[in-house]
Amino acid sequence: MTEQYDIAVIGGGNAALCAAMTAAEAGARVLILETAPKPYRGGNSRHTRNFRCMHSGPLGPLVEDYGEEDYFADLMKVTDGKTDEHLARLAIRQSEQCLPWMQEHGVRFQPSLSGTLSLGRTNAFFMGGGKSLVNAYYRTADTLGVEVKYEAAVTHLELNGDRIEWVDFTHQGKTQRITPTAVIVASGGFQADTDWLTRAWGDPAKNFLIRGTPYNRGVVLADLLDQGVQSIGDPTQCHAVAIDGRAPKFDGGIVTRLDCVPFSIVVNKNAERFYDEGEDVWPKRYAIWGRLVAAQPDQVGYVIIDSKSLNLFMPSVFPPLKADTLEDLAQMMDLPGDKLAETVANFNAACGDTSGFHPTELDGVSTSGIKPPKTNWARPITEPPFYGYSLRTGVTFTYLGLKVDENAQCGTDKGPIRNLWAAGETMAGSILGQGYLAGFGMTIGTVFGRIAGREAADYAN
Amino acid sequence: MQTDLLQEARRQAQICNACRYCEGYCSVFPALHRERAFGDGDLTQLANLCHNCRGCYYACQYTAPHEFDLNLPQALAELRRDSWESYAWPQPAARAFHTHGVRIALLGVLGFAVLFLLIRVLGTGAGNGFYAALSHSAMVAIFLPAFLFPLISLAISLRRYWADVGGEGLRLSHVIGAFASAAKMKDLAAGHGEGCNFEDEDRFSQARRHIHQAIMYGFLLCFASTAVGTIMHYVFGLPAPYPLWSLPKLLGLPGGVLLTLGTIAMILLKRKSDRALGDEKAWGGDMAFIALLGFVAASGLALYALGATSVMPLILALHLGSVLSFFLLTPFSKMAHGFYRLAALIREEQKKRAAP
Ligand SMILES: Cc1cc2nc3c(=O)[nH]c(=O)nc-3n(C[C@H](O)[C@H](O)[C@H](O)COP(=O)(O)OP(=O)(O)OC[C@H]3O[C@@H](n4cnc5c(N)ncnc54)[C@H](O)[C@@H]3O)c2cc1C
Ligand code: SF4
Ligand code: SF4
Repeated sequence: MTEQYDIAVIGGGNAALCAAMTAAEAGARVLILETAPKPYRGGNSRHTRNFRCMHSGPLGPLVEDYGEEDYFADLMKVTDGKTDEHLARLAIRQSEQCLPWMQEHGVRFQPSLSGTLSLGRTNAFFMGGGKSLVNAYYRTADTLGVEVKYEAAVTHLELNGDRIEWVDFTHQGKTQRITPTAVIVASGGFQADTDWLTRAWGDPAKNFLIRGTPYNRGVVLADLLDQGVQSIGDPTQCHAVAIDGRAPKFDGGIVTRLDCVPFSIVVNKNAERFYDEGEDVWPKRYAIWGRLVAAQPDQVGYVIIDSKSLNLFMPSVFPPLKADTLEDLAQMMDLPGDKLAETVANFNAACGDTSGFHPTELDGVSTSGIKPPKTNWARPITEPPFYGYSLRTGVTFTYLGLKVDENAQCGTDKGPIRNLWAAGETMAGSILGQGYLAGFGMTIGTVFGRIAGREAADYAN
Repeated sequence: MQTDLLQEARRQAQICNACRYCEGYCSVFPALHRERAFGDGDLTQLANLCHNCRGCYYACQYTAPHEFDLNLPQALAELRRDSWESYAWPQPAARAFHTHGVRIALLGVLGFAVLFLLIRVLGTGAGNGFYAALSHSAMVAIFLPAFLFPLISLAISLRRYWADVGGEGLRLSHVIGAFASAAKMKDLAAGHGEGCNFEDEDRFSQARRHIHQAIMYGFLLCFASTAVGTIMHYVFGLPAPYPLWSLPKLLGLPGGVLLTLGTIAMILLKRKSDRALGDEKAWGGDMAFIALLGFVAASGLALYALGATSVMPLILALHLGSVLSFFLLTPFSKMAHGFYRLAALIREEQKKRAAP
């Protein structure tokens, strides 16, 4: 290779692009190595829809105020305190400048999407979703002179003491080596590598679906960890939600979500209920259902509703199975018919007064005398036709990642690596130990992408 | 209507309804999100609300090679054309032109030939100016029916459309709302006002909007010019030719220039766009029709420039011939879209107001 680059950015999603644009604006010669082909560029970022942003007073599409303390408190709630406070506050504080910066770099926002109005204060929605954000960033990066190689899979970074000496990648069937002055890793987690996931999680992981890109296989992460680069985050942890069991193995994205659980009963393949379906409103529960389903035989659940609940939730991508009797529905879903009838009968008998039913609030309409109980929205399943969906575990991302400091710089036990930075999902474990707050992934990627770009360009100059 | 096109549009609409990321781009999405299941009439209405800006294609995370294979602009474009064809009256002409550019060209030539022959046979030399080549009464005898026919035909088609999409009685406020968005071509600006994704993949650009505006306003000016001329002739007894500083000329000249340049620019722009994001089958028909429209305008201008020379009768035949074909083709070509779009916008106003 004869071309000389100041900075190689590994990955082609939000964090990579933010880093690349920032570095190019600081005068660096930047190359993006994206393993995906152009139609699939942008990793998980192409599936996103919003960005969580601190602000005092209305900002862009955001209404009212969302201060640092509110934001931080929301974060602590979902992570159970497993948060690096210093880095989290840094991300939160800087998110405010990110929004106008994103607009300047081509991102367009829109008022909250229908069905998500409650987020109008905290989350700014991308018009057209994450892929349009990614497209806009590629356009801007191009005008800034950033070069992009698609289908360029990075296989190895050579760490020598406190420096990365070279980067190996395969491109058009050939292995190539470059020696950039600085390297930024923004290549996401490892969730698309089912073998790795299975090593971490055990056999059930083979049946997990991956909600996002098939290209985040953790190749660079594993390579760096092997060489002693500091890691953070529990390898056995991943963010997983319950999604439609018919979703594709990869890249099903947002449309595979199912919002019907609170109005249903959910059974396993033995037609037994296993958890309180009405514990809380769905946005607060969909993540734990990923784990609940993972713990059931064959990692699958079956949602059953009757006709009175059909229109209470957002439509999803696949129409439900539909039958006039529970027996027929059981047959369509391969469930033991007698057992399902019994489970439903027991559930129905445990339902009480349903006059207080209110689909959008915790209504306290609950069962009595069965285990597990259903503590809200408990209405008997009686009115045909009956509808059924299957549920599987859909993995969003993994927590194991590169440990970085407040300058997004990576290190080994011996101290910082002089020319290696990381941004986005691949270092998000430095901030979040568990749990997830909607829109925070893009905040981390944007904030730390910009920091990494700035620092790497400083170093290269 | 063709069930496979409806089925494909329905499949894609269901995916969009679960996704909603494109909500801000145009009026298709808010209309789509109001439904839970999509009847044939709903889909037809959505198809006629779409103006093929392609924003939702380039923004979509589910386009091929993804197995969901989203291409909403294409699905709606095909359904839209199919809806026009199935509502058209009389039916034998319905499917003859949209997908057959060559036939449009042939009809154009036929128009010239007819006019040319008429001028040769009827040319009396009795009138002034153009009427020396073809008498005023002969023109009226040809063009009155040629003008009324498309109006009647379109009225029948639009009634069929209105019934299928469940349209209600018209109120002035619906119509005003619809006209307001049509006049600004609000949708062509995309939700954030930066235009379509047309000629250069995902780059937003106002080119298509501005060119379309030139064509629309050019056409309307030319039409107004003809209307004013007709009134001057019949009401005030002032027959053509008119001088430069007369109302018909003041409307017609800029109109003709806008229309000529607009159609040329549109052809160039369309050539840069990706055909697979529109109705590929109608590509030739659309192009031929735009060319015909441009020819109407350009020959009108030529007639003005060369009206006093010996080539005038020839140009008059070309111009009137193209106008004749244009009128006759209106219900069966891309020209119909303006009428359907207006109807769709009015229906959308009604539905918006009815929504909770
Ligand atoms: C369905 C879904 C919806 C989501 N919605 C939201 C949301 O609304 N808001 C939010 O904040 N977060 C959301 N997230 C989380 C969000 O996607 C991530 O936090 C964010 O996109 C991470 O950005 P990133 O740039 O770090 O990684 P990515 O965008 O995943 O980019 C990683 C890049 O690295 C490339 N790559 C991987 N390995 C290699 C290699 N060896 N060589 C070269 N390139 C490589 C990949 O191809 C990809 O381009 C969502 C996630 C999913 C799955
Ligand atoms: S076109 Fe694609 S991104 Fe847009 S709403 Fe439909 S499915 Fe979602
Ligand atoms: S092509 Fe444009 S007008 Fe048509 S549905 Fe998509 S965004 Fe709307």
